Amino acid sequence: MKTIDARGLSCPEPVIMLRKAMASGENAYQLIVDNHASKENTTRYGQSQGYQVSVEMQGTEYTLTFKK
Amino acid sequence: MATKQEKQHILIAGCIIGLISAGLVFLGNPANMGFCIACFLRDTSGALGLHSAAAVQYIRPEIIGLVLGSLLIAVAGKEFQAKGGSSPVTRFFLGFFVMIGCLMFLGCPFRMILRLAGGDLNALFGLAGFIAGILAGVFFLNKGYSLKRTYKLPACEGMAFPVMEAALLVLLAAAPAFIHFTEAGGGPGGSHAAILVSLAAGLIVGILAQRTRLCMVGGIRDMVLFKESRLLLGFIAIFAMALIGNLVLSAVTGGTYFKLGMAGQAVSHTDGLWNFLGMLLAGYGCVLLGGCPLRQLILAGEGNTDSAITVIGLMVGAAFCHNFGLASSGEGPTANGKIAVIIGIVVVTAIACLNTFRKEES
Repeated sequence: MKTIDARGLSCPEPVIMLRKAMASGENAYQLIVDNHASKENTTRYGQSQGYQVSVEMQGTEYTLTFKK
Repeated sequence: MATKQEKQHILIAGCIIGLISAGLVFLGNPANMGFCIACFLRDTSGALGLHSAAAVQYIRPEIIGLVLGSLLIAVAGKEFQAKGGSSPVTRFFLGFFVMIGCLMFLGCPFRMILRLAGGDLNALFGLAGFIAGILAGVFFLNKGYSLKRTYKLPACEGMAFPVMEAALLVLLAAAPAFIHFTEAGGGPGGSHAAILVSLAAGLIVGILAQRTRLCMVGGIRDMVLFKESRLLLGFIAIFAMALIGNLVLSAVTGGTYFKLGMAGQAVSHTDGLWNFLGMLLAGYGCVLLGGCPLRQLILAGEGNTDSAITVIGLMVGAAFCHNFGLASSGEGPTANGKIAVIIGIVVVTAIACLNTFRKEES
Protein backbone atom coordinates (compact mmCIF):
# COMPACT_ATOMS: atom_id res chain seq x y z
CA MET A 1 0.00 0.00 0.00
CA LYS A 2 1.37 3.41 -0.97
CA THR A 3 2.03 5.68 2.05
CA ILE A 4 1.98 9.46 1.77
CA ASP A 5 3.68 11.47 4.49
CA ALA A 6 1.94 14.85 4.71
CA ARG A 7 3.01 15.65 8.26
CA GLY A 8 3.78 19.33 8.79
CA LEU A 9 2.09 20.35 5.56
CA SER A 10 -0.92 22.62 5.60
CA CYS A 11 -3.94 22.41 3.37
CA PRO A 12 -4.45 22.18 0.51
CA GLU A 13 -1.07 20.44 0.09
CA PRO A 14 -2.02 17.10 1.72
CA VAL A 15 -5.15 16.93 -0.46
CA ILE A 16 -3.11 17.67 -3.60
CA MET A 17 -0.61 14.96 -2.63
CA LEU A 18 -3.46 12.51 -2.10
CA ARG A 19 -5.04 13.46 -5.40
CA LYS A 20 -1.74 12.95 -7.23
CA ALA A 21 -1.25 9.56 -5.56
CA MET A 22 -4.82 8.48 -6.34
CA ALA A 23 -4.26 9.26 -10.01
CA SER A 24 -2.48 5.87 -10.18
CA GLY A 25 -5.83 4.24 -9.39
CA GLU A 26 -4.76 1.78 -6.69
CA ASN A 27 -7.28 0.31 -4.29
CA ALA A 28 -5.63 1.35 -1.03
CA TYR A 29 -3.53 4.22 0.27
CA GLN A 30 -2.22 5.32 3.63
CA LEU A 31 -1.75 8.97 4.54
CA ILE A 32 -0.19 10.52 7.64
CA VAL A 33 -1.16 14.08 8.66
CA ASP A 34 -0.69 15.99 11.90
CA ASN A 35 -3.52 18.46 12.06
CA HIS A 36 -7.27 18.31 12.30
CA ALA A 37 -8.06 20.41 9.23
CA SER A 38 -5.90 18.23 6.97
CA LYS A 39 -7.51 15.10 8.40
CA GLU A 40 -10.98 16.46 7.62
CA ASN A 41 -10.07 17.69 4.14
CA THR A 42 -8.30 14.51 3.04
CA THR A 43 -11.12 12.37 4.45
CA ARG A 44 -13.62 14.41 2.48
CA TYR A 45 -11.57 14.11 -0.70
CA GLY A 46 -11.07 10.36 -0.30
CA GLN A 47 -14.78 9.82 0.21
CA SER A 48 -15.59 11.93 -2.86
CA GLN A 49 -13.34 9.60 -4.87
CA GLY A 50 -15.26 6.55 -3.66
CA TYR A 51 -12.85 5.36 -0.96
CA GLN A 52 -13.77 4.11 2.51
CA VAL A 53 -11.74 6.06 5.04
CA SER A 54 -10.61 4.87 8.46
CA VAL A 55 -8.63 7.05 10.85
CA GLU A 56 -6.21 6.02 13.54
CA MET A 57 -4.90 8.64 15.98
CA GLN A 58 -1.45 8.35 17.55
CA GLY A 59 -0.62 11.32 19.74
CA THR A 60 -0.99 14.35 17.49
CA GLU A 61 -0.72 12.35 14.28
CA TYR A 62 -3.48 10.78 12.25
CA THR A 63 -2.98 7.80 9.99
CA LEU A 64 -5.73 7.59 7.41
CA THR A 65 -6.36 4.46 5.40
CA PHE A 66 -8.26 4.77 2.12
CA LYS A 67 -9.72 1.57 0.68
CA LYS A 68 -11.98 0.78 -2.25
CA MET B 1 -17.56 16.19 -0.88
CA ALA B 2 -18.61 17.73 2.41
CA THR B 3 -21.44 16.06 4.27
CA LYS B 4 -24.79 17.76 4.54
CA GLN B 5 -24.10 18.43 8.21
CA GLU B 6 -20.73 20.07 7.48
CA LYS B 7 -22.40 22.27 4.90
CA GLN B 8 -25.13 23.23 7.36
CA HIS B 9 -22.54 24.17 9.97
CA ILE B 10 -20.65 26.51 7.68
CA LEU B 11 -23.87 28.03 6.34
CA ILE B 12 -25.08 28.78 9.86
CA ALA B 13 -21.66 30.17 10.85
CA GLY B 14 -21.57 32.33 7.71
CA CYS B 15 -25.05 33.67 8.44
CA ILE B 16 -24.11 34.60 12.01
CA ILE B 17 -20.88 36.25 10.84
CA GLY B 18 -22.77 38.20 8.14
CA LEU B 19 -25.29 39.47 10.69
CA ILE B 20 -22.57 40.44 13.18
CA SER B 21 -20.74 42.30 10.40
CA ALA B 22 -23.81 44.35 9.52
CA GLY B 23 -24.54 44.90 13.22
CA LEU B 24 -21.05 46.25 13.93
CA VAL B 25 -21.57 49.02 11.37
CA PHE B 26 -24.85 49.95 13.07
CA LEU B 27 -22.99 50.00 16.40
CA GLY B 28 -20.27 52.34 15.20
CA ASN B 29 -17.80 50.72 12.79
CA PRO B 30 -17.13 52.47 9.45
CA ALA B 31 -19.55 51.71 6.59
CA ASN B 32 -19.13 48.28 4.96
CA MET B 33 -16.43 47.61 7.55
CA GLY B 34 -18.05 45.44 10.19
CA PHE B 35 -14.94 43.41 9.70
CA CYS B 36 -11.86 44.16 7.64
CA ILE B 37 -8.76 42.32 8.71
CA ALA B 38 -6.47 44.48 6.58
CA CYS B 39 -8.02 47.75 7.76
CA PHE B 40 -8.07 46.65 11.40
CA LEU B 41 -4.44 45.52 11.38
CA ARG B 42 -3.56 48.81 9.67
CA ASP B 43 -5.41 50.75 12.40
CA THR B 44 -3.61 48.72 15.07
CA SER B 45 -0.24 49.44 13.43
CA GLY B 46 -1.14 53.11 13.51
CA ALA B 47 -2.17 53.02 17.16
CA LEU B 48 1.24 51.56 17.98
CA GLY B 49 2.92 54.40 16.11
CA LEU B 50 4.27 52.20 13.30
CA HIS B 51 2.74 54.73 10.93
CA SER B 52 1.44 58.20 11.59
CA ALA B 53 -1.67 58.48 9.41
CA ALA B 54 -3.86 60.18 12.01
CA ALA B 55 -7.11 59.03 10.37
CA VAL B 56 -6.44 55.31 10.83
CA GLN B 57 -5.16 54.66 14.34
CA TYR B 58 -7.04 52.43 16.78
CA ILE B 59 -6.33 49.11 18.49
CA ARG B 60 -9.20 47.11 16.99
CA PRO B 61 -10.65 44.73 19.59
CA GLU B 62 -12.12 42.57 16.79
CA ILE B 63 -8.59 41.39 15.91
CA ILE B 64 -7.82 40.59 19.54
CA GLY B 65 -11.12 38.73 19.84
CA LEU B 66 -10.51 36.69 16.68
CA VAL B 67 -7.13 35.46 17.93
CA LEU B 68 -8.27 34.81 21.50
CA GLY B 69 -11.53 33.19 20.35
CA SER B 70 -9.56 30.83 18.16
CA LEU B 71 -7.12 30.14 21.01
CA LEU B 72 -9.91 29.34 23.48
CA ILE B 73 -11.80 26.98 21.21
CA ALA B 74 -8.60 25.35 19.96
CA VAL B 75 -7.48 24.65 23.53
CA ALA B 76 -10.97 23.37 24.43
CA GLY B 77 -11.01 21.11 21.38
CA LYS B 78 -7.44 19.91 21.97
CA GLU B 79 -6.39 21.43 18.65
CA PHE B 80 -3.90 23.95 20.03
CA GLN B 81 -0.53 22.95 18.61
CA ALA B 82 2.57 25.12 18.70
CA LYS B 83 4.32 24.71 15.37
CA GLY B 84 6.33 26.64 12.82
CA GLY B 85 9.34 26.62 10.57
CA SER B 86 7.61 26.52 7.19
CA SER B 87 9.53 29.31 5.41
CA PRO B 88 8.70 32.04 7.96
CA VAL B 89 10.62 34.85 6.25
CA THR B 90 8.97 34.10 2.91
CA ARG B 91 5.61 34.18 4.68
CA PHE B 92 6.49 37.55 6.23
CA PHE B 93 7.10 39.02 2.77
CA LEU B 94 3.96 37.42 1.33
CA GLY B 95 1.98 38.97 4.19
CA PHE B 96 3.68 42.31 3.54
CA PHE B 97 2.67 42.34 -0.13
CA VAL B 98 -0.83 40.97 0.51
CA MET B 99 -1.37 44.06 2.67
CA ILE B 100 -0.12 46.34 -0.13
CA GLY B 101 -2.69 44.70 -2.43
CA CYS B 102 -5.45 45.04 0.16
CA LEU B 103 -4.74 48.71 0.80
CA MET B 104 -4.69 49.41 -2.95
CA PHE B 105 -8.26 48.02 -3.05
CA LEU B 106 -9.10 49.32 0.45
CA GLY B 107 -10.11 46.09 2.12
CA CYS B 108 -9.24 42.47 2.69
CA PRO B 109 -11.21 39.65 1.03
CA PHE B 110 -13.65 39.73 3.98
CA ARG B 111 -14.38 43.44 3.47
CA MET B 112 -14.64 42.83 -0.27
CA ILE B 113 -17.69 40.66 0.47
CA LEU B 114 -19.05 43.23 2.91
CA ARG B 115 -18.57 46.01 0.36
CA LEU B 116 -20.56 43.97 -2.17
CA ALA B 117 -23.23 43.41 0.48
CA GLY B 118 -23.37 47.19 0.97
CA GLY B 119 -23.98 47.72 -2.76
CA ASP B 120 -20.44 48.90 -3.57
CA LEU B 121 -20.01 47.67 -7.14
CA ASN B 122 -16.32 48.67 -7.21
CA ALA B 123 -15.80 45.48 -5.26
CA LEU B 124 -16.83 43.50 -8.36
CA PHE B 125 -13.53 44.56 -9.94
CA GLY B 126 -11.84 43.48 -6.73
CA LEU B 127 -13.62 40.12 -6.84
CA ALA B 128 -12.56 39.57 -10.45
CA GLY B 129 -8.95 40.34 -9.51
CA PHE B 130 -9.20 38.16 -6.44
CA ILE B 131 -10.34 35.19 -8.54
CA ALA B 132 -7.56 35.86 -11.08
CA GLY B 133 -4.99 35.94 -8.27
CA ILE B 134 -6.32 32.69 -6.82
CA LEU B 135 -6.13 31.03 -10.24
CA ALA B 136 -2.50 32.14 -10.55
CA GLY B 137 -1.73 30.65 -7.12
CA VAL B 138 -3.61 27.43 -7.94
CA PHE B 139 -1.49 27.05 -11.09
CA PHE B 140 1.63 26.86 -8.90
CA LEU B 141 -0.05 24.60 -6.31
CA ASN B 142 -0.83 22.12 -9.07
CA LYS B 143 2.80 22.27 -10.20
CA GLY B 144 4.03 21.35 -6.71
CA TYR B 145 4.38 24.71 -4.91
CA SER B 146 5.18 24.25 -1.22
CA LEU B 147 6.63 26.33 1.60
CA LYS B 148 7.73 23.02 3.16
CA ARG B 149 6.88 21.40 6.45
CA THR B 150 6.19 22.88 9.87
CA TYR B 151 7.71 21.37 13.01
CA LYS B 152 6.47 21.04 16.56
CA LEU B 153 7.57 23.81 18.90
CA PRO B 154 7.27 24.40 22.64
CA ALA B 155 3.82 25.62 23.73
CA CYS B 156 5.24 28.95 24.91
CA GLU B 157 6.30 29.73 21.32
CA GLY B 158 2.75 29.15 20.09
CA MET B 159 1.33 31.24 22.93
CA ALA B 160 3.56 34.27 22.29
CA PHE B 161 1.31 35.82 19.65
CA PRO B 162 -2.00 35.36 21.51
CA VAL B 163 -0.32 36.82 24.63
CA MET B 164 0.74 39.84 22.55
CA GLU B 165 -2.90 40.26 21.50
CA ALA B 166 -3.96 40.13 25.16
CA ALA B 167 -1.34 42.79 25.91
CA LEU B 168 -2.86 44.96 23.16
CA LEU B 169 -6.19 44.65 24.95
CA VAL B 170 -4.59 45.99 28.12
CA LEU B 171 -3.10 48.89 26.14
CA LEU B 172 -6.50 49.60 24.57
CA ALA B 173 -8.25 49.62 27.94
CA ALA B 174 -5.55 51.65 29.68
CA ALA B 175 -5.10 54.03 26.71
CA PRO B 176 -1.70 55.41 27.71
CA ALA B 177 -0.54 58.61 26.00
CA PHE B 178 1.94 56.79 23.73
CA ILE B 179 -0.87 54.86 22.01
CA HIS B 180 -2.42 56.84 19.15
CA PHE B 181 -6.17 56.99 18.71
CA THR B 182 -7.97 58.72 15.85
CA GLU B 183 -10.36 61.29 17.26
CA ALA B 184 -14.08 60.82 16.70
CA GLY B 185 -14.91 62.19 13.25
CA GLY B 186 -11.23 62.23 12.31
CA GLY B 187 -11.41 59.29 9.91
CA PRO B 188 -12.19 55.57 9.81
CA GLY B 189 -10.05 54.93 12.89
CA GLY B 190 -12.38 57.15 14.90
CA SER B 191 -15.46 55.10 13.95
CA HIS B 192 -15.84 52.04 16.08
CA ALA B 193 -18.29 50.08 18.17
CA ALA B 194 -17.80 49.97 21.96
CA ILE B 195 -14.73 48.00 23.03
CA LEU B 196 -16.65 45.16 24.66
CA VAL B 197 -19.03 44.84 21.72
CA SER B 198 -16.14 44.66 19.24
CA LEU B 199 -14.26 42.21 21.44
CA ALA B 200 -17.30 39.96 21.81
CA ALA B 201 -17.91 40.08 18.05
CA GLY B 202 -14.30 39.09 17.45
CA LEU B 203 -14.50 36.25 19.96
CA ILE B 204 -17.68 34.82 18.41
CA VAL B 205 -16.39 35.08 14.85
CA GLY B 206 -13.01 33.67 15.96
CA ILE B 207 -14.69 30.63 17.49
CA LEU B 208 -16.91 30.06 14.45
CA ALA B 209 -14.04 30.54 12.00
CA GLN B 210 -11.82 28.13 13.93
CA ARG B 211 -14.47 25.42 14.03
CA THR B 212 -15.49 25.75 10.39
CA ARG B 213 -11.98 26.58 8.97
CA LEU B 214 -13.68 29.49 7.20
CA CYS B 215 -11.41 31.09 4.63
CA MET B 216 -12.27 33.57 1.90
CA VAL B 217 -9.44 32.37 -0.34
CA GLY B 218 -10.03 28.71 0.46
CA GLY B 219 -13.62 28.93 -0.83
CA ILE B 220 -12.67 29.74 -4.40
CA ARG B 221 -9.40 27.77 -4.28
CA ASP B 222 -11.04 24.51 -3.18
CA MET B 223 -13.78 24.92 -5.75
CA VAL B 224 -11.19 25.24 -8.53
CA LEU B 225 -8.85 22.54 -7.17
CA PHE B 226 -11.25 19.88 -5.90
CA LYS B 227 -14.79 21.02 -6.85
CA GLU B 228 -15.32 21.25 -3.08
CA SER B 229 -17.94 23.91 -2.30
CA ARG B 230 -17.99 23.84 1.53
CA LEU B 231 -15.85 26.91 2.23
CA LEU B 232 -17.44 28.80 -0.64
CA LEU B 233 -20.83 28.31 1.01
CA GLY B 234 -19.55 30.16 4.08
CA PHE B 235 -18.42 32.99 1.84
CA ILE B 236 -21.85 33.17 0.16
CA ALA B 237 -23.71 32.97 3.49
CA ILE B 238 -21.74 35.95 4.86
CA PHE B 239 -22.59 37.95 1.75
CA ALA B 240 -26.29 37.03 1.85
CA MET B 241 -26.81 37.77 5.54
CA ALA B 242 -24.77 40.98 5.52
CA LEU B 243 -26.86 42.11 2.53
CA ILE B 244 -30.13 41.28 4.32
CA GLY B 245 -28.80 42.94 7.49
CA ASN B 246 -27.89 46.09 5.56
CA LEU B 247 -31.29 46.26 3.81
CA VAL B 248 -33.14 45.76 7.10
CA LEU B 249 -31.02 48.37 8.89
CA SER B 250 -31.62 50.85 6.05
CA ALA B 251 -35.38 50.26 6.19
CA VAL B 252 -35.66 50.37 9.99
CA THR B 253 -33.26 53.19 10.86
CA GLY B 254 -33.50 55.31 7.71
CA GLY B 255 -29.69 55.34 7.58
CA THR B 256 -27.57 54.44 4.55
CA TYR B 257 -26.41 50.86 5.03
CA PHE B 258 -26.96 49.88 1.42
CA LYS B 259 -26.15 52.08 -1.56
CA LEU B 260 -25.99 50.47 -4.97
CA GLY B 261 -23.44 51.98 -7.34
CA MET B 262 -19.81 52.89 -7.75
CA ALA B 263 -19.37 56.58 -6.99
CA GLY B 264 -19.35 57.95 -3.46
CA GLN B 265 -19.03 54.61 -1.67
CA ALA B 266 -17.55 54.58 1.83
CA VAL B 267 -13.79 54.09 2.12
CA SER B 268 -13.37 53.06 -1.52
CA HIS B 269 -12.34 54.44 -4.90
CA THR B 270 -13.65 53.93 -8.42
CA ASP B 271 -10.44 52.98 -10.27
CA GLY B 272 -11.47 49.59 -11.64
CA LEU B 273 -8.07 48.54 -12.96
CA TRP B 274 -6.32 49.13 -9.64
CA ASN B 275 -9.14 47.60 -7.62
CA PHE B 276 -8.64 44.53 -9.84
CA LEU B 277 -4.83 44.49 -9.54
CA GLY B 278 -4.86 45.16 -5.78
CA MET B 279 -7.07 42.16 -5.10
CA LEU B 280 -5.20 40.07 -7.66
CA LEU B 281 -2.07 40.59 -5.56
CA ALA B 282 -4.00 39.83 -2.37
CA GLY B 283 -5.60 36.64 -3.73
CA TYR B 284 -2.36 35.45 -5.29
CA GLY B 285 -0.34 35.99 -2.10
CA CYS B 286 -3.03 34.44 0.10
CA VAL B 287 -3.18 31.23 -1.92
CA LEU B 288 0.59 30.90 -1.55
CA LEU B 289 0.18 31.50 2.20
CA GLY B 290 -2.56 28.86 2.45
CA GLY B 291 -5.28 31.21 3.65
CA CYS B 292 -6.75 34.72 3.76
CA PRO B 293 -5.82 37.28 6.45
CA LEU B 294 -8.74 36.10 8.63
CA ARG B 295 -7.54 32.49 8.42
CA GLN B 296 -4.00 33.61 9.32
CA LEU B 297 -5.32 35.21 12.53
CA ILE B 298 -7.25 32.05 13.39
CA LEU B 299 -4.23 29.82 12.75
CA ALA B 300 -2.04 32.15 14.82
CA GLY B 301 -4.54 31.63 17.66
CA GLU B 302 -4.16 27.85 17.26
CA GLY B 303 -0.42 28.12 17.87
CA ASN B 304 0.80 28.35 14.28
CA THR B 305 3.80 30.68 14.52
CA ASP B 306 4.20 30.88 10.74
CA SER B 307 0.77 32.50 10.61
CA ALA B 308 1.79 34.79 13.49
CA ILE B 309 4.78 35.91 11.40
CA THR B 310 2.43 36.43 8.44
CA VAL B 311 0.19 38.68 10.55
CA ILE B 312 3.24 40.68 11.63
CA GLY B 313 4.15 40.92 7.92
CA LEU B 314 0.66 42.27 7.24
CA MET B 315 1.06 44.86 10.03
CA VAL B 316 4.49 45.97 8.81
CA GLY B 317 3.10 46.11 5.25
CA ALA B 318 0.33 48.41 6.50
CA ALA B 319 2.88 50.66 8.18
CA PHE B 320 4.90 50.88 4.95
CA CYS B 321 1.71 51.63 3.00
CA HIS B 322 1.06 54.73 5.06
CA ASN B 323 4.66 55.79 5.59
CA PHE B 324 5.41 55.71 1.85
CA GLY B 325 2.07 56.82 0.45
CA LEU B 326 1.16 53.43 -1.03
CA ALA B 327 -2.38 53.14 0.36
CA SER B 328 -5.27 54.37 -1.75
CA SER B 329 -7.83 56.84 -0.46
CA GLY B 330 -11.34 57.80 -1.50
CA GLU B 331 -9.71 59.88 -4.24
CA GLY B 332 -8.05 56.83 -5.78
CA PRO B 333 -4.76 55.01 -5.87
CA THR B 334 -1.40 56.77 -5.60
CA ALA B 335 1.49 56.54 -8.08
CA ASN B 336 3.64 54.98 -5.36
CA GLY B 337 0.91 52.47 -4.60
CA LYS B 338 0.69 51.41 -8.25
CA ILE B 339 4.45 50.82 -8.40
CA ALA B 340 4.31 48.85 -5.14
CA VAL B 341 1.50 46.61 -6.42
CA ILE B 342 3.46 45.85 -9.61
CA ILE B 343 6.57 45.08 -7.54
CA GLY B 344 4.36 42.92 -5.30
CA ILE B 345 3.03 40.87 -8.22
CA VAL B 346 6.60 40.35 -9.47
CA VAL B 347 7.90 39.36 -6.01
CA VAL B 348 4.99 37.01 -5.33
CA THR B 349 5.53 35.37 -8.73
CA ALA B 350 9.24 34.98 -7.96
CA ILE B 351 8.38 33.37 -4.59
CA ALA B 352 5.92 31.06 -6.34
CA CYS B 353 8.49 30.02 -8.97
CA LEU B 354 11.33 29.54 -6.50
CA ASN B 355 9.18 27.32 -4.27
CA THR B 356 7.70 25.33 -7.15
CA PHE B 357 10.50 24.62 -9.59
CA ARG B 358 13.27 23.54 -7.26
CA LYS B 359 14.78 20.19 -6.47
CA GLU B 360 13.25 18.27 -3.57
CA GLU B 361 15.63 18.14 -0.63
CA SER B 362 13.70 15.48 1.17
